[in-house]
Amino acid sequence: MDPILWILLALLGFMLIGSLIAIETRDLLSSVICVGAVGFGTSLVFLLLGAPDLAITQVVVEILVLVVLVRVVITRRDETHATSRSTLPVGVVLLALGVMAAVVFGVLASREADEDLRLAPFGRPRMTRQVDAAALAPAGRPDLAPAGTEPASVGGAYLKHGLTADEASRGSGAANYVMGVLLDYRAYDTLGEATVIFVAVIGAYAVLRKVGRSRHAGNESDR
Amino acid sequence: MQGMSPIVKNITRLVAGFIVLFGAYIVLYGHVTPGGGFTGGVILAGGLALVVLAFGEAFARNVLTHEVAKVADSMGALLFLLVAVLGFAGGVFFTNFLPAGTLGHLVSAGTIPIANLGIGIKVGAGLFGAFLALAAFRRTTGAGQERADVLQSHS
Repeated sequence: MDPILWILLALLGFMLIGSLIAIETRDLLSSVICVGAVGFGTSLVFLLLGAPDLAITQVVVEILVLVVLVRVVITRRDETHATSRSTLPVGVVLLALGVMAAVVFGVLASREADEDLRLAPFGRPRMTRQVDAAALAPAGRPDLAPAGTEPASVGGAYLKHGLTADEASRGSGAANYVMGVLLDYRAYDTLGEATVIFVAVIGAYAVLRKVGRSRHAGNESDR
Repeated sequence: MQGMSPIVKNITRLVAGFIVLFGAYIVLYGHVTPGGGFTGGVILAGGLALVVLAFGEAFARNVLTHEVAKVADSMGALLFLLVAVLGFAGGVFFTNFLPAGTLGHLVSAGTIPIANLGIGIKVGAGLFGAFLALAAFRRTTGAGQERADVLQSHS
C-alpha cells in the first residue's frame, strides 16, 4: 500500500482521538487545545494530498483562532456542567448512520454500469479523461469546435488552458492555478465569500460593542 | 488587558515586522506561489493581534483602533468590488480585462493581483477587528475606572 496512505490513516486516527477528547473533556482550555490539534492534523492531511494552498490557509487560520479562543477562554471561569446522556440511543443512531454511509459508498464504488456515476478511485481524479472536441461545439455550428480532443471535465479544461493567456483559450495567466480559479474563473463565488466575512465581522461588532447599547439592570452578569 | 512582560514586548518588536512582511509577500505573490489574499490577510491579522496582545489594550485603543480596522475592511471590500465592476470594460462582470503578461512574473495574470490585494486588506482588517471585539471590548468590566480615565483624557 502507498506509504502516504498509512501516514494519512495515522493522522486521521490522531484527529479522531483529538476530537473525542475535545468533546468529552470538562476543561474548556483543554477542549480548545484539542480542537487546535485536530486543525493542525487537517493541514498536514492537505499537505500530504498535494494542496499547499489549503494547508497554508488551514495552519494560519488555526493559529489565529487558537489565539483568540485561548484569549477568551483563559480568563473565564469554567461553568459548564456535565450533562448525563443516555448512551444507547445515541449509539444506535450513530451505528445506523454508519451503516447507511457504508451502503451508499459501497454501491457507488462497485457500480459497473455507468462510468460517469461511479465513484472515482482514491487519488485518481477523473479530470484526465478526454472527449472528442467536436462534441463540445454549439448546436448546428460544428465549425466552431477546436481541433483534436478536449478534457471531459471543467477541472481538466482549467488545467489545460489556465496558463495560456490568448483570447481564444481564455486562460487567466496566473502561475498558481488555484488563484486563477478563485479570482478569475470563479471570482463571483469569491465575492460571495468576501461578503460572508464582511457580514460576519459587522455582526461581531454589533453583538460585542459597548457604545450605544442600552443597559438593563438584569444583564450585568452576562456582559 | 494589560501588556505582557518586557521580554515578550521586545521579542514582539523584533518579530512583528517580519510577520507583517511575510503576510504582505503572501498577498502580493498569491498568483505566483501558493497563498493568496485570504491567507496573507490572516497572517497580517495574526501579526497585529500579536502586537495588541503584547502591548495591551491601551495600545489597541490609541493606535490600532477598531475604527481603523473598520475603515480598512470596507476599503478592501470596495477595492475588490471595483475590480469586479471594472470588468465591464472587457465585457461582463469580473472580466479579466488587463493583459496577462509573462507567466510567473509579479505583474501578470491581469486583475488577479489587484483583487488579491483587496481581499488581503479586507480579510486582515476584518479578522483583526473581530479579534479586537472578542479580546478587547469585553475587558472593561474589571477595569472600568481605567477605561473611564483613558476616555476622558482622549475626549
